[in-house]
Amino acid sequence: MGNDIVLALVIITGLAFDFTNGFHDTANAMATSIATKALNPKVAVGLSAALNLVGAFLSLSVAATIASGLVNTGLVTLTVVFAGLAGAIIWNLITWLFGIPSSSSHALIGGVIGAMLAAAGSHAVKWQGLVSKVIVPAVLSPFIAGLVATVGTYLVYRIARSMRAESRGAGFRIGQIGSASLVSLAHGTNDAQKTMGIITLALIANGTLATSATTPFWVVVVCAVTIAAGTYLGGWRVIRTLGKGLVEIESPQGFAAESSSAAIILLSTHFGYSLSTTQVATGSILGCGLGKRGAEVRWNVAGRMATAWVVTLPAAGAMGAISYWIANGIGGTAGVVVGLLLLIGVAGLIYARSRATTVNASNVNSEWEGSVKPSEPARLGRTA
Amino acid sequence: MNQWIDYKALWEIVVIGLLAGAGLPAIFALGMRALAMPGKGHVRTSEHELVGGNRAGIAVAALCFLIVLGAIGYGIYIIVASGHK
Repeated sequence: MGNDIVLALVIITGLAFDFTNGFHDTANAMATSIATKALNPKVAVGLSAALNLVGAFLSLSVAATIASGLVNTGLVTLTVVFAGLAGAIIWNLITWLFGIPSSSSHALIGGVIGAMLAAAGSHAVKWQGLVSKVIVPAVLSPFIAGLVATVGTYLVYRIARSMRAESRGAGFRIGQIGSASLVSLAHGTNDAQKTMGIITLALIANGTLATSATTPFWVVVVCAVTIAAGTYLGGWRVIRTLGKGLVEIESPQGFAAESSSAAIILLSTHFGYSLSTTQVATGSILGCGLGKRGAEVRWNVAGRMATAWVVTLPAAGAMGAISYWIANGIGGTAGVVVGLLLLIGVAGLIYARSRATTVNASNVNSEWEGSVKPSEPARLGRTA
Repeated sequence: MNQWIDYKALWEIVVIGLLAGAGLPAIFALGMRALAMPGKGHVRTSEHELVGGNRAGIAVAALCFLIVLGAIGYGIYIIVASGHK
């Protein structure tokens, strides 16, 4: 059994997803530090990339959940994995275009489950695993992160209120470098593992690995490097929404928000929950707006994000299912090749659309005027 | 433990999350404040300066920063130690 050409294509698609995961989520760790100017944008993405790389090697608990906890591994085929990944990539690119910090994790899980449902029906999905390891953490985590960040922000301002505003700002900008680094590390421990889990699933589906096998080390290495590369590219559109769109952030708030995110993500990694780092970061940023008296929270932006979160699982699922019907309809190696070509075409179209309103390191912090579209055009070449 | 929600894990995440995610920033803030306490005969050189020059303040600050770093190190150690089963 097994088809090594298809397997190679699936692994390439998996790494492509990992790359989108990296740039979509740079914002989670670095948006607040970039917004408060604790870090220069270019330095921020470099630091985040390096720590994502390190984080990816720290744990495999989440990879295990993804590989064996959500779908019946015996029924998974390579075409299913490919279609799931294709659905996830398309959804990640669409949300990136609009600068919406939607969850890469849910895009991936939604895509794979959609493809699985299209291929084998509902008995192939481990619904209990899906609810207990994905849905429940997804619903609860933004609230927990928001609570922790609200308490943290309140305490930090209360303790530091006697300090002069200038030295307080300077001190917490240093703190932010530490807390943002921890979020990057935490992101590596949680998100890099998701692609590791999927590639492991593909290797099992192809018969290359035994059903009970754990993630091989070379998979850990390529996933770590790919997500770091994606992070380094920087998802400037999403960074802009999270850093400027949601709350106007001061450095003590950013520090408290990042500390909350890091703690919640690391704890969830520890328990093997495949958490949406995006939703945790967003909850924390809202919390840091609530914890400081007089801070402005833009609830309309928060509402748009929440809508995107609810839609992500089913939308990515639908795209995963459509990808499966296309790839399986054509069949075999040719089906996956055509699917991959279509995916590249769609990605190209979305990229072309994004060029109309380029956001990069030079204009990521420009004044928020109601949408991700920057108030000043991007300067190319020499940036910040 | 419920079949759909692991309440034990949930509580642990909330409690440890509050201790680590809000408690440690508070200790860091305490350190910053102690560090900025003005010392005898200290002349302010910049609006942004962090160190006030008070010896007791500097000692408290050092203790606070050590607690924060220690807790982070311990947390990462736990995750690495349990994450490769």
